[in-house]
Amino acid sequence: MFSASDLRKGLKIEVDGHPYVITEFAFVKPGKGQAIYTCRIKSMIDGSTQMKQYRSNDKIDKPQLEEKTLVYSYKDGDHYVFMDENYEQVLLSESVLGDQRFFLKEEIEVNVLFHNDRAIGIELPIFVERKIIHTEPGARGNTATNVLKPATIEGGYAIQVPLFVNEGEIIKIDTRDGTYSERVR
Amino acid sequence: MLKLRSHLLVAIRAFFLKNGFIEVETPVRLPAPALERYIDAIPAGDWYLRTSPELHMKRLLAEGLAPIFQLGPCFRAGEHGSRHRTEFTMLEWYRIGADYLDILADTEALVRHAACALREERLAGWPAGGVDVDAPWPQLTVSEAYQRYAGWDPVAAFDADRFDLDMVNLVEPSLPRDSGIVLIDYPAEVAALARRGAADPRVAERWELYLGGLEIANAFSELTDPAEQRRRFETCALERAADGSEVYPLDRAFLAALDEQGLPPCGGIALGVDRLLMTLTGAADIGAVTAFGGESG
Repeated sequence: MFSASDLRKGLKIEVDGHPYVITEFAFVKPGKGQAIYTCRIKSMIDGSTQMKQYRSNDKIDKPQLEEKTLVYSYKDGDHYVFMDENYEQVLLSESVLGDQRFFLKEEIEVNVLFHNDRAIGIELPIFVERKIIHTEPGARGNTATNVLKPATIEGGYAIQVPLFVNEGEIIKIDTRDGTYSERVR
Repeated sequence: MLKLRSHLLVAIRAFFLKNGFIEVETPVRLPAPALERYIDAIPAGDWYLRTSPELHMKRLLAEGLAPIFQLGPCFRAGEHGSRHRTEFTMLEWYRIGADYLDILADTEALVRHAACALREERLAGWPAGGVDVDAPWPQLTVSEAYQRYAGWDPVAAFDADRFDLDMVNLVEPSLPRDSGIVLIDYPAEVAALARRGAADPRVAERWELYLGGLEIANAFSELTDPAEQRRRFETCALERAADGSEVYPLDRAFLAALDEQGLPPCGGIALGVDRLLMTLTGAADIGAVTAFGGESG
């Protein structure tokens, strides 16, 4: 259990059985009154946020979290199968992975986060390289670098790329926000 | 900023000396910090750092030293945020034969005097604070404020559970951002060390000054009745015990002074000097107005 005075930005807490991380935090204490700890909390499962207030005597649950390094193995229907060193399988659904699923490649190592022994998310390498499978050619003579056009990478993920990037080329993608980073070749 | 701070401290001292006050210094480390339900002291050896100089200053009043003021550090455990530091500078002053409205008149004159002193310095390029401290401060009773902004009346029926939350979430955010306002006549349940209203015993003669929505000062017509004072300390000790908070020993020397010498009718106030400087300079974080504020606890 945490007490209210432990609360701070970045702390992971449990609310109604779900794990959250505190993304904003403010301490206020009205004249002679009790301290009020105002937090914006973000669900570690679906990313939704909400405001939460605690008072001095409140006790806050501590989530039971664990991180394991697993290897992505294959996709089975709506599920993505990861394995540990003992070939134990862990399944994550498409809805939990969201866009991260496009950046998985067989045999890559990812950190899988568990809450009460249930896998709730993964941490990918920050950058992955992917091939452009479709994009219209950039308008001839247009050398502006900050103009973007739509493209599709292997696996079907839609991304905005600069005009000079062509079909068949490899780009580097930042997996934290799913955006184009640079052209590899 | 630190030059402005120095000017503010000089202006405060000049104001009180001009008005016949005596500057006092009372112990910073004490065996029995004032019992308040939600104020925690920081231990210092077997004793504690003061959370306020109030009880010692009242002992000086009981001895007949008045009017008095004190400027100095106070310490409150666990209070840290953009408007709080565990170590901060408090200004307190007390007058015999005065009530909370006399103290309000002092406060208006002091803040204007200080603003005037700093305004001359600001000509050197410091931006104004955005709060017009020269405009008159309207008085809003706590009862009216809660009825207007929170939809209930804490004086008619006090709800301890809602009072502080609604203050933070509904009342304080509705207070004017560009001028001052005084919340006055608090429910007797949150009287702290204020005496009950002569006209309406459901309220305590207590007010708080807000400048630009920031709480600056808390003033009372001081409680002087030794029996009532002892009762409030004992109730507070029980509440702290029930909350699981540390229960500090009763300040017997203070209670003895009330019993033996007696505290004459008086008014007093505690004003946060750092917050006043924030208001006068427009600083958003208390760390910006203190030396080494970024490193302080």
